[in-house]
Amino acid sequence: MAKKEKLPRVAMPEQDPGVRSKNFDEVPLGYTVDMAKQEASRCIQCKKPACVTGCPVSVDIPGFIKHIADENFEEAIKTLWDKNALPAVCGRVCPQEIQCEGKCIVGKKDKPVAIGYLEKFAADYARNNNIESLPEIPEKTGKKVAVIGSGPAGITVAGDLIAKGHEVTIFEAFHKPGGVLVYGIPEFRLPKEIVFSEVALLEKMGVKIEQNVVVGRTVSIDELLEEGYDAAFIGVGAGLPRFMNLPGENLIGVYSANEYLTRANLMKAYKFPEYDTPMAIGKNVAVLGAGNVAMDAARTALRLGAENVHIIYRRSREEMPARVEEIHHAEEEGVQMRLLTNPVKFIGDEKGRLQQVECLQMELGEPDDSGRRRPVPVEGSEFILDCDLIVIAVGSNANPLLTGSTDGLDLNKWGNIDVDEDTNKTSKKAVWAGGDIVTGQATVILAMGAGRIAADSMHKYLERGW
Amino acid sequence: MFKIVNREEMAGGTIVLNEIEAPLIAGKAKPGQFVIIQANEKGERIPLTMADVNPGKGTITIIYMIVGKSTKLFASMEVGESFDAVIGPLGQPTHLEKLGTVVCVGGGTGIAVIHPITRGLKEAGNKVISIVGARSKDLLILEDKMTTASTELKICTDDGSYGHHGFVTDVLKETLENEDVKQVVAIGPVPMMKFVSKMTKEYNVPTLVSLNPIMIDGTGMCGGCRVSVGGETKFACVDGPEFDGHKVDFDQLTQRLQAFYEDEQNSMEKFGK
Ligand SMILES: Cc1cc2nc3c(=O)[nH]c(=O)nc-3n(C[C@H](O)[C@H](O)[C@H](O)COP(=O)(O)OP(=O)(O)OC[C@H]3O[C@@H](n4cnc5c(N)ncnc54)[C@H](O)[C@@H]3O)c2cc1C
Ligand SMILES: Cc1cc2nc3c(=O)[nH]c(=O)nc-3n(C[C@H](O)[C@H](O)[C@H](O)COP(=O)(O)OP(=O)(O)OC[C@H]3O[C@@H](n4cnc5c(N)ncnc54)[C@H](O)[C@@H]3O)c2cc1C
Ligand code: SF4
Ligand code: SF4
Ligand code: FES
Repeated sequence: MAKKEKLPRVAMPEQDPGVRSKNFDEVPLGYTVDMAKQEASRCIQCKKPACVTGCPVSVDIPGFIKHIADENFEEAIKTLWDKNALPAVCGRVCPQEIQCEGKCIVGKKDKPVAIGYLEKFAADYARNNNIESLPEIPEKTGKKVAVIGSGPAGITVAGDLIAKGHEVTIFEAFHKPGGVLVYGIPEFRLPKEIVFSEVALLEKMGVKIEQNVVVGRTVSIDELLEEGYDAAFIGVGAGLPRFMNLPGENLIGVYSANEYLTRANLMKAYKFPEYDTPMAIGKNVAVLGAGNVAMDAARTALRLGAENVHIIYRRSREEMPARVEEIHHAEEEGVQMRLLTNPVKFIGDEKGRLQQVECLQMELGEPDDSGRRRPVPVEGSEFILDCDLIVIAVGSNANPLLTGSTDGLDLNKWGNIDVDEDTNKTSKKAVWAGGDIVTGQATVILAMGAGRIAADSMHKYLERGW
Repeated sequence: MFKIVNREEMAGGTIVLNEIEAPLIAGKAKPGQFVIIQANEKGERIPLTMADVNPGKGTITIIYMIVGKSTKLFASMEVGESFDAVIGPLGQPTHLEKLGTVVCVGGGTGIAVIHPITRGLKEAGNKVISIVGARSKDLLILEDKMTTASTELKICTDDGSYGHHGFVTDVLKETLENEDVKQVVAIGPVPMMKFVSKMTKEYNVPTLVSLNPIMIDGTGMCGGCRVSVGGETKFACVDGPEFDGHKVDFDQLTQRLQAFYEDEQNSMEKFGK
């Protein structure tokens, strides 16, 4: 095999940490054409590409990278769109290091090919040059589909089924479509304009979007089916914040990540008072948890002007579930990691405002069920951290609002919807489900993958009636 | 878009009524439920209880007191203008059943909230004694409607300008002494609900109150609306807004309502200019 000259992975140009920690603009600036071509040339075009096995939707990775290397950007984006309706989103938020890039052969000896950055490049190129993926819509089938929730799962189902000629209406509880992509993930990581342009494309294809409709309250699934919808897809996410049941949890200054991020992102409270929704601005902030949600909250707090932002996590660095890149970004910006630390109590003043959090130091003990070494408290290690704002980011459970008001829907013991794995069909006739409401909080790409499986099965049902 | 089809001012312009086109919600709403309203793209999401619904016409009615920036903005909107978002019906409906004699206590704009509940309780076959209070006569709202909705209506004003001179709790005490009251429903300012609950506890009369914490989504997604009831944390938007008044931690609610006090003042001042 002819050996090419080894090129290092092309670094992503980024806003300087000192500057970006004070603005909400996107952190990575994106590859230039030359950078993209150079990085693309690092891919050795494997015959049996391992990277593809790491991608939950099997994007033809060598295929789209080859087109970039050949400066054939339109073909590159078309290859991506073939499997992935939201490459601009996935290129930015997929945990590539454990998915595609984690499997890349080049990564065995060197840094893996920057598949995520290249995906982002191709998608941004397409958006900036008005290349659109409007597939030819076949003749209308006359069948109607209701999609409940406009997150990545719902968006995928809507896109797939409108392209098959069915009529699709999305029902969304919020006043803006996009799900977590809009209310959860901050602007500096995923500009909202990207999500809205993806949704606008769906509308161009004929998808109707009914905002401000809380299914289960404004209208029920049974009513939709009676009204003439032939099938329904539930993609309502995992919108129920988990609290920790610690003393002082209802003090002013203690927020769920959902509330904190919804105020900041969806309601644009970071622009208060230009926008009307207010936002707590902490001086000393502690974020509990170490996933993507926690990193997003911590970095938002910095940008809003906090002096100290701590991540408090009871396990060690290896177990932090956030994307490596986001942990790195957070630390660069000045977020302080307090690992092997567990909060036990929130302490407030006489007005009910948070002042401090009491924590315990932990050490790693025997492995637990998950195989990870269980953190155990170090006796007598209590200490107190001054803080006036806490964001609890320890996960989400299934929100029962829709599932609890729908007859005939089997749930598991955590309240997630039970589905048939091959089809994502629920126990209820003509109803499918997918995304976080089925799996618990997972990833964008898994929600999209689930949407695709459901859409295939729904299409068969709509065509053949079973 | 949710168009305002009717607008009235009450209590000397401090309280405003809007009738809004929202056919899906009007067809569904039950007494005790609320909506979340957003005036425009930049607006806050504000929870308001439906004071009335007209399913035939496809409208809902809200009645709100002008207390801050958002309610002031709503009040500035005219017939023909539209709210960007009206979401609902949210929250659990009031459980309406025949119990015998029940008392409905309403204070301030709480009277608007308690009106459909009062009507529902009477329709369910109860003898409904209503006690409504306001600071003074000109701030009292919905007297006619409450008269019709109730079996008997008692009025109090803080300054004695109308009806009984004093607080609703004075009249409530008398009623509890003289009648076989099976249930009390109290809706109004937090201190009023707190003192009513304290009193009815002494008489061992079950009491429902409707809580008004700060909310965002209204669907159980954010946890911002959490309240302590019997030592347990509840989300008022999905578990409530009505709760057992004997178990509610009113002091915590009072504190939590102050969470954004300074920002709210600031926002209101800027809006005034
Ligand atoms: C802060 C944050 C950061 C994250 N970062 C990453 C990341 O970096 N990478 C990654 O891969 N994943 C990340 N995730 C996870 C990822 O966003 C989710 O797994 C994914 O969005 C789930 O998609 P979904 O379509 O199932 O639901 P969601 O995106 O949750 O969308 C559900 C939609 O349904 C609507 N809805 C809910 N109930 C109703 C109802 N009754 N009627 C009508 N509509 C309803 C909701 O308003 C919402 O718009 C993050 C999540 C959060 C919260
Ligand atoms: C379920 C529910 C139903 C409600 N129904 C009604 C109704 O039918 N009519 C009505 O007039 N109001 C009702 N409220 C209260 C109403 O939502 C608030 O008055 C409104 O949010 C104030 O917004 P603002 O921007 O005008 O004032 P802000 O600037 O937000 O607040 C101004 C002042 O009001 C206080 N305040 C803030 N939020 C609330 C609140 N949620 N409740 C009470 N005081 C508050 C603040 O401490 C501040 O001093 C209801 C609240 C809830 C949660
Ligand atoms: S969709 Fe995600 S996992 Fe798949 S190739 Fe793109 S970035 Fe990698
Ligand atoms: S494994 Fe790496 S080198 Fe091989 S095709 Fe995939 S991206 Fe290219
Ligand atoms: S308002 Fe968000 S959970 Fe109740």
